[in-house]
Amino acid sequence: MIKFENVYKQYDNGHTVLKNLNLHCKEGEITVFIGPSGCGKTTTMKLINRLIEPTKGKVLVNDVDISTISPVKLRRSIGYVIQHVGLFPHMTIADNVAVVPRLLEWEEDRIQKQVKNLLDMVNLKADTYADRYPSELSGGQQQRIGVIRAFAAEQSIILMDEPFSALDPISREQLQDELIRLQKDIKKTIIFVTHDMDEAIRIADKIVLMRSGKILQEGTPEEILRRPANDFVKNFIGKKRLAQFEAIPESEEVMTRKPVTILPSRGLAESIKIMERKQVDSLMVVDTKDRLQGYITIYDVLQQFKDETKRVGDIMHTFEHVIAPDTLLNQTIELMDEHKLPYVPVVKDDQTLVGLVTRGTIVGHLSDIYSGNEGL
Amino acid sequence: MDMVIRYLQHNWDNLLLLIGQHIVMVLCGLILALIVGIPLGILSAKNERAGKYILAIANLIQVFPSLALLAMLMVLFGIGFYSVVIALFLYSLLPIIRNTYVGLKEVDQSIMEAGKGVGMTKLQLLRKVQIPLSLSFIFSGIRLAAVIAIGVATLAPFIGGDGLGKEIYSGINLRDPVKIYSSAIITAILAILADYLLGLAERKTRVK
Repeated sequence: MIKFENVYKQYDNGHTVLKNLNLHCKEGEITVFIGPSGCGKTTTMKLINRLIEPTKGKVLVNDVDISTISPVKLRRSIGYVIQHVGLFPHMTIADNVAVVPRLLEWEEDRIQKQVKNLLDMVNLKADTYADRYPSELSGGQQQRIGVIRAFAAEQSIILMDEPFSALDPISREQLQDELIRLQKDIKKTIIFVTHDMDEAIRIADKIVLMRSGKILQEGTPEEILRRPANDFVKNFIGKKRLAQFEAIPESEEVMTRKPVTILPSRGLAESIKIMERKQVDSLMVVDTKDRLQGYITIYDVLQQFKDETKRVGDIMHTFEHVIAPDTLLNQTIELMDEHKLPYVPVVKDDQTLVGLVTRGTIVGHLSDIYSGNEGL
Repeated sequence: MDMVIRYLQHNWDNLLLLIGQHIVMVLCGLILALIVGIPLGILSAKNERAGKYILAIANLIQVFPSLALLAMLMVLFGIGFYSVVIALFLYSLLPIIRNTYVGLKEVDQSIMEAGKGVGMTKLQLLRKVQIPLSLSFIFSGIRLAAVIAIGVATLAPFIGGDGLGKEIYSGINLRDPVKIYSSAIITAILAILADYLLGLAERKTRVK
């Protein structure tokens, strides 16, 4: 969707703000650029609508090199929400929202309909607000208008430059929630610049962490929190947030490491013996290299028991849900709850079975935590 | 004061004619100054280097003593209406150029960026954003220029022009203080009225 290829940006005074930037922002995702001030995040964003031109390298939008598109035409096809709201104070709310459709010479009927729809979308009544001026609205309302102005001409790409930074914390969170809710319906490609890590974690599909003109790390919020690339990233995320994250155990810590297994080539009588000895009602079926194949339960075995030719491999079921060793406990619980699973196997990338998370192991783990706390 | 009122009662037709002439001179000078001054102001705001020279020259004209300027214009353009209008035009230039310049410069950078960012051309940016937002500055320039022009226009008779100055001038020659006072008061009222009306326009166009 949006691609940066070997982009450099040097200002006339010799200061280099971007050094060999390569990046791909996916369609329909919120990509958040984050970093300390002066890291080049805003510069990178402004390259997309040619408010800033690269010194070297290419920026591609939908596989078209944007240096071949006229800046005016390009900007009308990209929504832009600026930091200080930037509503035109001499225009009414309706006129502000209609700015780009008017530049594109839409028909007036269509514009009016669009303005009303957009105001509805952010819960501002058109009857009440359309004819007011920006100075008559609160900061949060103004920025809502700023956001819908960027959507007005049905642009598929929206740039947002620290849009909520000037708002009080409560309005900020409201607007973040609204953005997440809107994004679910409209699926725009959004580039969002911020210096607020909480905001980034909240809204991002992908976070791009920058420092002095370079990308330090990019990935989902989860990946960045879980595996910060270096100390700078760790510091930027903040100990508190990391600690919060680390406090949630991964499935590896919760699982039982010795699930009872059986090879698919074994007979049913043998499987009953194993169940008896280990006092379980189901067995994990693995191949000779410990790769998970499926499971059998005592009910299946008893039903098919009369047929001596049947092997474990013939009656086993496959798993619909498995988790990785680093899946967080809260996600595991969610999964088990949603699909009413009594247990869920933990497998590595190559399907090797490493353990089993059951309701029992979860309760065991939690009781460990609480009895541990009592000891303190 | 009674004498002034009695004088006004007896000479209102002549005075009305002089007021009319006065206003016509001032309006012609102002309109010329608007036609020339606003584009120059825009140019100054867009191009810093040109702006430096334009504002310096306009400043220079402004500090020229009015009587000396009138005398010079008389030499160049002869006596009469045109020289007066040119003098008023020159005096009105600076306030209009400077206020246009300041008005355009005062437009919030973030609003300019918003305009640019949504894909306005330079001309659209000027027409839809910058000029509407600097209108109140431009009006305050016109207001200042009008008040100065109404005052300077009373010197018109020195180079063969008309207007209320004629009455003041003849009052001085005849040593008739009533004549001087009544026309001076009318001139002052004209200036106050212009100031008030343009002040209203200025407030009306101001954007919060």
